[in-house]
Amino acid sequence: MKGLIFLVLLWSHAAYAIDAKQFTDQKQQAAYESLTSELRCLVCQNQTIADSNAELAADLRRQVYEMLQQGQTSEEIIAFMTARYGDFVLYKPPFKIKTSVLWLGPLVFLSIGLLMVFWLIRTMAQKKIDAVQEQGQQEKLAKIRRLLNEEEERF
Amino acid sequence: MVKFLIPLVLFIIMAIFLAMGLHLNPSEIPSPLLNKQAPAFTAPKLLAPTETLSPTNLKGKVWLFNVWASWCVSCRAEHSVLNHLAQQPNIMLVGLNYKDNPDDARGWLTALGNPYAVSITDQEGRVGLDWGVYGVPETFVIDKKGVIRHKHTGPVTVQDVEHVLQPLVAQLQAEAE
Repeated sequence: MKGLIFLVLLWSHAAYAIDAKQFTDQKQQAAYESLTSELRCLVCQNQTIADSNAELAADLRRQVYEMLQQGQTSEEIIAFMTARYGDFVLYKPPFKIKTSVLWLGPLVFLSIGLLMVFWLIRTMAQKKIDAVQEQGQQEKLAKIRRLLNEEEERF
Repeated sequence: MVKFLIPLVLFIIMAIFLAMGLHLNPSEIPSPLLNKQAPAFTAPKLLAPTETLSPTNLKGKVWLFNVWASWCVSCRAEHSVLNHLAQQPNIMLVGLNYKDNPDDARGWLTALGNPYAVSITDQEGRVGLDWGVYGVPETFVIDKKGVIRHKHTGPVTVQDVEHVLQPLVAQLQAEAE
């Protein structure tokens, strides 16, 4: 019984679309699904228009649906949306001067982190080498002294 | 000494960014329509549904385009400010009654006063979509050439009227057609 309930829950999650739109063309259906999960709902900013129940999201879904039915391409629809709502409507903003920090920021921080790790490892290793060399020197000196002492004792 | 300064400097940089983030308004999204020709539409007038209005009818005028709805709570707060604004000289307010029931909208104007020279109806939100409307209320300022010169998101306050809208309208009125 528990297993059955679990299965039902799993299945209901799979049927996630809020208002599933039906296309006769498989390609258009796929384009619709990918577009609605790429466009941001501007009222509830952390949801895509496929996920959101907001009225604006429903309007945007309708717009995408109608434009696809008219035979427009995904690129045309994205251009239409960004002309009205800006790059913010895209979950994957294009690379521009304005968005460069967004795209390059993580890389910059990663390289700073890596540089720091390398630097730390190097200084630590250097310290160890120095310590070993120091120890070696000390041992050599001690040996020289011992030998000298032995020499002295002999005469 | 440097060892202690590095974390301090990092902390200060982080604190500056966090403080900036605190003062940003995430619901204010810059409009790509700014300084572009206002999107065209032909929509029925709210109070005279047989007549239509289109932005080309307003060429040569400076006008404010205010998105409102009777279901919108902040519009109620904004309404008295708009009533006051409409009485100022040189101000022409055009309303976009967005995704609303026209009867409710007319009732709202009767009850609270009508600051709009004319309101148009957009029951399906199509005009709103073309104008990049994502929240109500929103207010656009359009110049004599039909170019959007300013967008205000959220309710207009008395301060906004005095410090932003009125000076801007006066400036645009002085521009050539």
